[in-house]
Amino acid sequence: MARRTFSIGGVHPADSKISRDCKLEYLPLPPTVYIALSQHIGAPAKPVVAVGDKVKAGQVIAEPGAFMSAYIHSSVSGTVKSIGPRKDLSGNNQMVVEIAVEGDEWVEEVDRDDNLVTEIPQDPKAIIEKIKLGGVVGLGGATFPTHVKLSPPPGKKCEMLIINGCECEPYLTSDFRTLLEKGEQVVVGTALIKKALGVDKATIAIEDNKPEAIENITRVVAALRSKSPEYSGIEVMSLMKKYPEGGEKQLIDAVMHRQVKSGGLPIDVGAVVDNVCTALAVYEAVQKNKPLVDNSVTVTGECFPKQANLIVRVGTPLRFIIDYLGGVPEDAAKIVSGGPMMGKAIANLDAASMKGTGGLLFLTREQTKRMPESGCIRCGKCADACPMGLEPFLLNRLAKAGDTDALEANAVQDCIMCGCCLYSCPAGIPLLDVISQARGQVMGIMRARAAAAKAAAEAKPKTE
Amino acid sequence: MDKILVSPNPHLHSKTTTKVLMRDVVIAMLPAVAVSVVFYGWKELLVLAVSVLSCVLIEYLITRFCLRKASTTGDWSAVVTGVLLALNLPPTTPWWVVFIGALVAIGVAKMTFGGLGQNVFNPALVGRVFLLISFPTYMTHWEIPQGLFGVDAISGATPLGAIKEGLMQPGATVQGIMADHGYSYSQMLFANIGGSAGEACAVAILLGFIYLLVRKVIKPWTTLSILGTVALVSCVFWLADPSRFTDPLFNLLTGGLLLGACFMATDYVTSPMTVKGGVIYGVGIGFITLMIRYFGSYPEGVSFAILIMNSTVPLLNNWFHQKKYGRA
Repeated sequence: MARRTFSIGGVHPADSKISRDCKLEYLPLPPTVYIALSQHIGAPAKPVVAVGDKVKAGQVIAEPGAFMSAYIHSSVSGTVKSIGPRKDLSGNNQMVVEIAVEGDEWVEEVDRDDNLVTEIPQDPKAIIEKIKLGGVVGLGGATFPTHVKLSPPPGKKCEMLIINGCECEPYLTSDFRTLLEKGEQVVVGTALIKKALGVDKATIAIEDNKPEAIENITRVVAALRSKSPEYSGIEVMSLMKKYPEGGEKQLIDAVMHRQVKSGGLPIDVGAVVDNVCTALAVYEAVQKNKPLVDNSVTVTGECFPKQANLIVRVGTPLRFIIDYLGGVPEDAAKIVSGGPMMGKAIANLDAASMKGTGGLLFLTREQTKRMPESGCIRCGKCADACPMGLEPFLLNRLAKAGDTDALEANAVQDCIMCGCCLYSCPAGIPLLDVISQARGQVMGIMRARAAAAKAAAEAKPKTE
Repeated sequence: MDKILVSPNPHLHSKTTTKVLMRDVVIAMLPAVAVSVVFYGWKELLVLAVSVLSCVLIEYLITRFCLRKASTTGDWSAVVTGVLLALNLPPTTPWWVVFIGALVAIGVAKMTFGGLGQNVFNPALVGRVFLLISFPTYMTHWEIPQGLFGVDAISGATPLGAIKEGLMQPGATVQGIMADHGYSYSQMLFANIGGSAGEACAVAILLGFIYLLVRKVIKPWTTLSILGTVALVSCVFWLADPSRFTDPLFNLLTGGLLLGACFMATDYVTSPMTVKGGVIYGVGIGFITLMIRYFGSYPEGVSFAILIMNSTVPLLNNWFHQKKYGRA
């Protein structure tokens, strides 16, 4: 049987999952944490603590600033030292709450026992409320507030929940370890999200380079299904390893053979996609009252002597994590937050981890060297690689000509920034660099046009 | 670590570079090169050497001294043109004719357009067609291969040439001419029956084609479209009048069709970017080739067909686009 995967484009970078055998371990507490107020898509959270306040781990320190926002909790117990701007990993100022760590005291409601709670609450609204109160956001990369995703707009109905266990980025293994070591919690979390959405079917999609994870989750699902009907309708699906399978749009195509229209949302085709670590966070928030205050981070790279999958408290300085494992290696030239395809190069190691931090990858100059650019040979490899079916060679040319109309007509706004084009270009042309800039420009024009159209529509009734 | 690199994603790059791709094309042509040397001996070696060396040298001189840029010969594309040009010439071509071919291929067809990636027409084919028109005597002097380093070369006609010439006689039929020359399909498949050096052995060309597919250098659709069109259209003509029109298998195995379909029509620069465009491009090449073979004044038309279709590539790229995600 043909291996199932998404239908357009994709590339096959080397797996490089050298940290796959490293068990999840807890990172010791740092002396100070810096918890950012904007760790999610949407409005920053509003702080509800003041300098000098004593806080416990799991205590709310900031509330949602708008509908599209999320609660933020203290990840440690200690004293609030300051609330103010601090440089993030790119070097931009971000509002953070600085807390000096004192002991490890948790708020009372949090159940820190390891026993598995498998009973599913019956009220979807209560589940969503607990997810909201737990500050859960999507941990697959976009950090979209989960409670917003689980409240589809009226008229839209979810037909299938997809739990994303692809981890298609090379090097990263924290999702894989979570599937192996916390499979039960992930499956219970899946059932919780399924209940919250009121949907019958859920698919846990895992790439076939992780057979142990597929085996484990299949076993867990079977065991839980025999206990409670709440677990029926959960399936495990093996997908062919191909980047960017874990991209939301690509995953929906692979699992449901449906495609989200340009500018649309997954719910338009009846899908909701959540990452396995988000399912785990949902489990902890709903069943254990434990808000999202820690997450798993893969620390890896061929030049890094000690590979690890660490459970890190939110706000831990990156340098603390690295020093715990022996410090930055001499031959590392670039440190990436996240995977090598879509991760962000870190400019400031004093920045702190956030809810969405999934990996710290060390690359040597040789590994991450950009080729000197030569002429386009029109091989079309970029167009073959693009999972959105775009033509990067054309977009690159149009962007250089500044032709925004043609860029929009050729769908530059559909670009998902996966990096497949630049990865595959044999001439070393910095396609994505150019395209992402053009994309931003075109999206700005589209937004301005939409706003103008809206203003015109609102102005009309008055003149009539 | 004293400095930290910061750049946008992706942070890794595929190992496949222009140089690797071009070198793969050269490797893919090696079976055909080897067979041509075995069949035609030292004369063919000379043609190959002159062609490759002149192509590389001319590109080097033009980039360094006319354009005053860094030399681009390191990308192996000049070597590809050199080998292709040599495979498209009769093994008896004098060295200075080969050199003029290389000069036109690289100097005119490639570098005046701006070098690799910018040229509209396949350089090796422009070189070949220039020679065909300028030096028809050298370019249509065919020899029946006499084995490795054989001395007693016999002049003869290519099967396509023999048919074209033969059919001009009143009352001649294709079957009669074929029988007179004793052409057999197994001979066409494995050993040469006269023609350009690279056309010597169909199996050697297919071997290279398979290598290109396995290495994912090219996709098979353009080639299959050319061969399919030739087979289909010639089948129609042949069924209508087998005494005047050659059969599909004959058309597939003779002349430069396989060489052109596998190595020249698949040239990245001068072929369409999309599969759909490539298939239509292939249909055009197949059809024009057959029309020249059946009705033209030249016995063979692959070179002309590819060059004509080269000129449609910008249009095909405009008309046919990749299937986009989530868009009709």
